[in-house]
This record gives sequence, C-alpha cells and structure tokens, in this order.
Amino acid sequence: MELRELELDLDAFEGPFDLLLTLVLKDELRPAEVDVASIVVSFCERLAEQERLDLDSVGEFLVLVAALLELKARELFPEEEVDLAELSPDEAAEELARRLEEYRRIKAAAAWLAERLDSERDRFFRLGPAPLAPRVEPGVAPQQPEALARALRALAVEPPQISLAHMELDFPPVSRFLERFRAALRRRRRLDLEQELEGLTRLEQASAFLAVLELRKAGEIVIDQVAPFARILVRRVEEKEAAWTIARSA
Amino acid sequence: MDYRPLRLIGPGPLDRLVRTLEALLVVASQPLSVDDLAHAADEYGPRVEAALELLEERYAEGRSGIVLERVAEGFAFRAARDEAAVCERLFERPADRGLSQAALETLAIVAYLGPCTRPDIARVRGVAADSVVAGLVERGLIAEAGRETAGAVRYRTTTLFERVFGLENLSALPRLDDLGADAGEIRARLEAVAERRGA
Repeated sequence: MELRELELDLDAFEGPFDLLLTLVLKDELRPAEVDVASIVVSFCERLAEQERLDLDSVGEFLVLVAALLELKARELFPEEEVDLAELSPDEAAEELARRLEEYRRIKAAAAWLAERLDSERDRFFRLGPAPLAPRVEPGVAPQQPEALARALRALAVEPPQISLAHMELDFPPVSRFLERFRAALRRRRRLDLEQELEGLTRLEQASAFLAVLELRKAGEIVIDQVAPFARILVRRVEEKEAAWTIARSA
Repeated sequence: MDYRPLRLIGPGPLDRLVRTLEALLVVASQPLSVDDLAHAADEYGPRVEAALELLEERYAEGRSGIVLERVAEGFAFRAARDEAAVCERLFERPADRGLSQAALETLAIVAYLGPCTRPDIARVRGVAADSVVAGLVERGLIAEAGRETAGAVRYRTTTLFERVFGLENLSALPRLDDLGADAGEIRARLEAVAERRGA
C-alpha cells in the first residue's frame, strides 16, 4: 500500500497524506488543527482492505503519526511540557483517563445540545439588537416637601447689594503734587518724603508718590534710601548734574 | 393541551398592569426579567409575577399565535410552535443553522465549564479552538467575559444561547456527571490495556 496516496477528508484538510505532512512541515497548516484520530481511522480502513499486511507502510505510518502527534501536543500544551514530563507512568495514565472521561462527558453534553436543538427547531422568536434604555438611578433620597420649601426659601432671599463705593474714588491729579514738590525743591535742596506725605490721605499719598517717580524719570531729582523701609530722601539735581544724569541714562 | 376557558381581563388595577407588561414584552427583542418589568412598569415584583401568570395563561401554547415563555432568566414572546413552518418561509434562524459537531462540543464546554479561555477549550477537545470560537462569537451564542490575569480572553454563553436552546437558565442543562454514562468504561479499558502491557 502506498502510504503517500492515503486520501484524507478532515475538517482542516482534504487531500493525500503526504500533502498534509508537507503543509505541516512548511508551517502552512497548524498541527493543532489536524484531527489525528481520523487519520489513524482512515489508515486502518485502508489496511483492512489489503490482503497482506505491508509492514513497511505500517512502520512508516507509525513513525509519521507519532511525529505529528508530538508536534500537535507541543503546540496545544506548550506550558504543560514540564509538568507532564515529571509525571510517573501511572500518574500520566491517570491524567489521560481523567481527560478522556472529561471529553466523553462533553461529547455527551454536545449530543444533548444537538437533540435539544432538534426539538426546539420550531421555536421562532424576535431577534435583533434592541438595547434596553439606560436606567436612571434616583440620586436623591425621598425628601419632606416642607424641608425642600424651607431650603428653597433660603435660596430665594435677595443677595446683599454689592458696594460700588470704591469705584467712585476721586484720585487727586498727579500734576498738583508735581507742582508742589518742584516748589518745595526750589526752596530747599533736599526733602524727606515721609515728612511731605504726613497728614495726606492714602489716595493723596499714592498720587504724591507717582509725582516723585515722575520727577525722577525727568531727571529733576535723585532718590535715596539707605536700606529697605528706611526714610526716603529726595534731592534736587543741579543744572550741570542733570545734564550728566540724562546723558548717562541715554 | 389543557383548554381551560380564557380568563377575561377586566378593568381592575392588576388588569391594567397586565396590559402594560404585554406592551413591554411585545416591544422587547430579548427576554425581560421580573425586575426589568417591575422597574419599567414602576410596580412591585410580586404584582408583576401575578400579572405574568395571567399573561402566561392567556398566551399559552395552542391558544394563540403568540406564546409567552420563560426563557433565559426572563419572559419573552415567541411564535407558537404549530406556526413554525409558516415562520420558516419568511424568517431564518441564523444563530443555530448548521452548527458543526466541533461547534456543539465547544458550546457544551463553554456552557458547563465557562467562563473559560480558548486554551481551556483546546485542552478538553484536543484540537485548537480559535476558528470554532470565532464562529460562535459571530453567531452570538458565546461572548467575551473578561480576561484571565495572564491576559487570555474568557468566554461565556449568551442570552441568545439560552433562547435558541429553549433553556430557562443554565441550570436547566443536565448535570455533567449524569452525562457520558460510558465515561467510566474508558478508564476500565485503559486499565485493561495497561495490565496486558505489564504482563
């Protein structure tokens, strides 16, 4: 019997045995997809048709099928390689029996499902995606109407009027203090800013300070302060000195 | 079939609820649980159950073209069985048409051992499960149910599975221990072979 010509009809493959082996070796067919038991059954059927036992073919088949089984086992259970290798022959036999029993039960369950499907084939029902509307969970516990009314009343009170008085502040013009400092510096060469500001309102003090900065910018005065928060001294710049200051700042 | 006289639905408050449930069930395309119905109808569970009993009586097999059945942990309308031949001319049952032996075995594994992963299925069947699982997911009979810590996707059976197989819930499946009466024989045969080899 020519082993290569053994015709197979499996779920994953249809054709001669040697083509199957070629595809497996070329990685075009995963051994895990191959139902090896069916191959063995096909081979045995062919064997039964023969008058004489061809030992060469049988031996070759055994070797090839064993190799295929090993490839398949490695692919299916890569992580179990170590565990199974450690099993004693008795334990391995027990594991095999357990797995075969489990598979037999699942096969019986599948047969039950097939029968059930047959008996339920006359049940027609509506199919289709009709998602249920999302449930709105009530976020608030039940409330007393009086308590809610009280809370609402508290919210309904008119808010206090916001004062806009600060918007109407009347800033004294900086020019007034410019004149005042120029006049003072014409009389004296230097003056103490703190003394000059004494008795002024906060707003007038702000304007006065701006005037001092303005005079400094124009080069008319020099400002001195020996340390932070110490007294601020303002000194008039002489004509010659002024020219030099402007030249330097330019 | 028991042909008791049909109970007429009068204008009482329970009958009002019966009408509401009828409306909800006819709109639904999947089974509705008592909780779903009670929530939608803003009613108490026991009253919904009482109203459903009236509806079950009204829509019993043989009494109407529509049958109310308990399926997939809920209630759903379906066509009467004796109208199946007519329904078949217009409608298909794509979910279960031509399920292969491999698909049925995989379904059985997911139904009994699920949620389980593709390697779990391969371990039981001895064949890679990828394409079969993909086919069952496409048919809507199984669906993803989270992942294992290692990252493998777990699968479980769907409501559609229970409807297609007419199961009230998964516990309506026969016990796995009661199936495969010949499973014990395998062990006996294996032991016999081992003894012969040892001798």
